[in-house]
Amino acid sequence: MGLIVSAIGQGLLWAILGLGLFLTFRILDIADMTVEGTFPLGAAVGVTAIVNGMSPIVATLLAMLAGMTAGLITGLLYTKGKIPILLAGILVMTAAYSINLRIMGKSNTSLLGHNTLLKADFLKGLPTYYDSVVLGMIVIAVITLLLVFFLQTDLGQAFIATGDNEKMAKSLGIHTDNMKIMGLMVSNAMVGGCGALIAQSNGYADINMGIGTIVIALASIIIGEVVFGELTLTQRLVAVTLGSIIYRLLLLAVLQIGFSANDLNLLSSIVLAICMMLPQLSKALHLDTVFSKGDKVHD
Amino acid sequence: MTNPILEIKNATTIVNKGTSSETKILKSMNLTINEGDFITIVGSNGAGKSTLFNIIGGNLVVDSGQILLHGQDISKESEESRTRFLSRVFQDPKLGTAPRMTVAENLLLAKKRGSTHGLHSRKLKQQMDELTAYASKMKNGLEKRMNTATGNLSGGQRQSLSFLMATLKKPDILLLDEHTAALDPKTSRQLLITTDERIREDNLTALMITHHLEDAVKYGNRLIVLTDGKIVADLTGTEKESLTTEKLYSYFEE
Repeated sequence: MGLIVSAIGQGLLWAILGLGLFLTFRILDIADMTVEGTFPLGAAVGVTAIVNGMSPIVATLLAMLAGMTAGLITGLLYTKGKIPILLAGILVMTAAYSINLRIMGKSNTSLLGHNTLLKADFLKGLPTYYDSVVLGMIVIAVITLLLVFFLQTDLGQAFIATGDNEKMAKSLGIHTDNMKIMGLMVSNAMVGGCGALIAQSNGYADINMGIGTIVIALASIIIGEVVFGELTLTQRLVAVTLGSIIYRLLLLAVLQIGFSANDLNLLSSIVLAICMMLPQLSKALHLDTVFSKGDKVHD
Repeated sequence: MTNPILEIKNATTIVNKGTSSETKILKSMNLTINEGDFITIVGSNGAGKSTLFNIIGGNLVVDSGQILLHGQDISKESEESRTRFLSRVFQDPKLGTAPRMTVAENLLLAKKRGSTHGLHSRKLKQQMDELTAYASKMKNGLEKRMNTATGNLSGGQRQSLSFLMATLKKPDILLLDEHTAALDPKTSRQLLITTDERIREDNLTALMITHHLEDAVKYGNRLIVLTDGKIVADLTGTEKESLTTEKLYSYFEE
């Protein structure tokens, strides 16, 4: 039971990453590789700030600010520098590696003996692993509500329109470059914040902790879509969080059947690949017919 | 009395500048668009029709010359900035609407054309009746599909929506870039009739590119023939009214 609660807690915390990527991947329709650099950047900034005596809340906000700056740089390279988004993201991701080493001064920094958000007073007294569940639920609820509010505003609608049809958005006077930069900044701020929270949950920041994060974020989004099908935009945001939890439970299951933790990135990629190929697999294996048998009248 | 809205003065555009394939598209073009003009534009492929729209719309910057809006030079203004006075309907129905957003959401975006977008609630529900009444003007059932994603509409309905979006907030100038060319003959005819009605009833100033000479002759109060980056005919009044398709075709043979 403890492992399941832990997986749910991890799923909730990692869902912030999924929601961040949702803004760029699903709404702006761009693949932002920056997140692989922003996630450890947030962790490095957060952990270093805490180790240097700052409060965990300030440290997490600083991590978000660092992520936002990385997003801004990618956005400027992409929109003003006219560098393709994939390459712009890779450039910032690569640069972030050096920055992260400079921030931490070494490849791994421990939080042993330091205060973290998971040691906050209101979380004390909870059974083991429930601290990350409660903290995760609070953070996810706040982020989801803010995103729902934002996406229903004029600015949010202009943001959605930019990703949906840029030419149309421009012809209506929407400054699409600004929308892309804003989206990349908000997205990477969330990813940076997520990096800081995961580092606090794990008790350390590691220079390599960004590897595979984009796959984890995509898994949250795509599992949510595959499991819950057609949804409204608000429901899709909730589905990302549920997708993140399902993904953690899937990982727990494969670890339980004997896979090594070293295989996690391989397993993540396989799970994601299967989910993304599901429509094609379903067609090739005639699963649609099998699933719908009895529900529909066939000719 | 004519009241000029937009004046294009000695506009020249060059492509592939500084290379062996450098070409002038528009050649010192002069054109004054007056309030209430409904100008049909014809010309061969490569004559500069779309380039003309692009320099007015700000998608392309003129290499020399000026574009004046009510006497003010707007040559350097961005495409986004020019949407405060201008709207455009593209040839491809897919270009004018956001496919994952609903008909109502698209219309609401169009209502704010050229305005700043702040963190205010969009108030969709409160404006639904007004938007639905507006959609019903197209007389093609669009008003019954207000909550449908535009990607699920037929090409005709989608282009009707593009036209509605371009005219919902009255533009000083409406650019119609072969906006019925991608539709089937019946839908194309219906949209053209509605276009003409809306332009007349709302007293819009519009420019319409078309490859159909009979439409160019039939619609509008002014007709322009473009050849090789220049205006070779600018017909108004009785000249336009007495024009025949055969006579118009003769401009292409010269």
